[in-house]
Amino acid sequence: MQKSIIVENLSKNYLNKEAVKQISFTINENEILGLLGPNGCGKTTTIAMMLGLLEPTKGKVIIHGQDIEKNRISLLHKMNFISPYIELPKKLTVKENLIVYGKLYGVKLISERIKYLSEKLRLNEFINTKTGELSSGQKNRVSLAKALINKPSILFLDEPTASLDPETGDFVRSFIEKISKEKNMSILLASHNMDEVKRLCKNVLMMNNGVIIDQGTPDNLIKKHGKRNLEEVFLKLNRNNNES
Amino acid sequence: MNLNRIYGLFLRHFFLIKGSFPRILDLIYWPTIQIILWGFISKFFTIYSDYYNNTVGVILTCAILYDFLFRSSISFNMLFLEEIWSRNFTNLFIAPMRISEIITALVGTALIRTLIGLVPAILITSPLFGISILNLGIPLFFLFLSLYIFGITLGLFVSSGLLRYGPAFENIAWSSLFLLAPLGCIYYPIEILPDLFQNIAKGLPLVYIFEEARSILVNKVVNYSNLRDAFILNAIYLLIGISLFYYSFSQARKKGSLINIGE
Repeated sequence: MQKSIIVENLSKNYLNKEAVKQISFTINENEILGLLGPNGCGKTTTIAMMLGLLEPTKGKVIIHGQDIEKNRISLLHKMNFISPYIELPKKLTVKENLIVYGKLYGVKLISERIKYLSEKLRLNEFINTKTGELSSGQKNRVSLAKALINKPSILFLDEPTASLDPETGDFVRSFIEKISKEKNMSILLASHNMDEVKRLCKNVLMMNNGVIIDQGTPDNLIKKHGKRNLEEVFLKLNRNNNES
Repeated sequence: MNLNRIYGLFLRHFFLIKGSFPRILDLIYWPTIQIILWGFISKFFTIYSDYYNNTVGVILTCAILYDFLFRSSISFNMLFLEEIWSRNFTNLFIAPMRISEIITALVGTALIRTLIGLVPAILITSPLFGISILNLGIPLFFLFLSLYIFGITLGLFVSSGLLRYGPAFENIAWSSLFLLAPLGCIYYPIEILPDLFQNIAKGLPLVYIFEEARSILVNKVVNYSNLRDAFILNAIYLLIGISLFYYSFSQARKKGSLINIGE
């Protein structure tokens, strides 16, 4: 299996705080890797370094064989990201936003790409509506469309179903599952929804205090820790880690 | 440099302006109010004092030139602030855009925003006050160009601060030009300033630009050395502004301010 992403001894220090401490992992082609951990454990910092938004203090992120620090612009063409903490301009319509990002990513047939994504993500009914007037579920699908506008081979999803109703959440999860298989994508999924992680991810990294405290397939982790589900594993690991 | 991406970022702001009447109104409102206010003040002095006999044109022309500078700088800053306010900042920096492309797109868009505000103001000065800024002749183009470069340079300084310090730097964006106005000698010659301030003011291109405008309007003399000095100073400040913007981006990547700048 080809490795799309190799993270080697990655660390980030902010003044007196070590946000991420020498973590290493890989993501294969066509793999969805789950990244679990409590708030402030270093997940966002890790993703930011992988996206080239943040300069690592030590270590490397190798994407498709190239160092993100040395080839940031060319690699960003192949990547994309969604997070509930960043938004698209509210006063632009859905279509205008997608045109803008199509241009920024150098998409050649923008209209065709928007049409395709609008159909797949059911955007047609509000494609000419201002993004700020949409519901959370609709905004989430638009963000997903923006993240897929450049046909990325690597996708970073930070809580992609946060604050969604069960039906929209299920639609988004099914869509992610489908595109990762069809498009041979590598996906890093940071989530607090354990069922979602179990359903989508082949492998899971558990983070706390900037380090990876355990990793494996969801089933193996559940078995290894003698628990009934991933949530119980998460709670056990974090409580143990916090006590020690 | 990729023209497509530059055009893409231009479109992002064009769509925003086109879809919002209050934004267009806001662009037109302030320059218009400023010109009307100064026009009446100038007229007052002309009527009540022989000393100010020839100053309606001078003061009003300088007001328009100053407003052009103000709009250029604020427009540049506004484009940056819009990204922060709409929490779109991170999206922009994970797109494959070079810093040079971001600067070029903002410079072009800022010019269009500035002209939207300025053209109506220029148009109303002639019927209302019988004055045309075009009396400055061909040097007017160089004066505008010089002011635009300085406005963009100030925009780069403020945007560098926004990039590094986030929305907390926003107030500086608004007040930056008001701080420079007294030293810029917009409405009076440099000799009015105390010696110490004169020395500082000589380091600003504004002094030479407005001195040139007054020279043309009052003395009917075009002094190209003023334009040359203004362009030399502009080139130096622009170079510093661009370097500072690159440095701030690099610092923002180290300190993490690109991640949560809109929050």
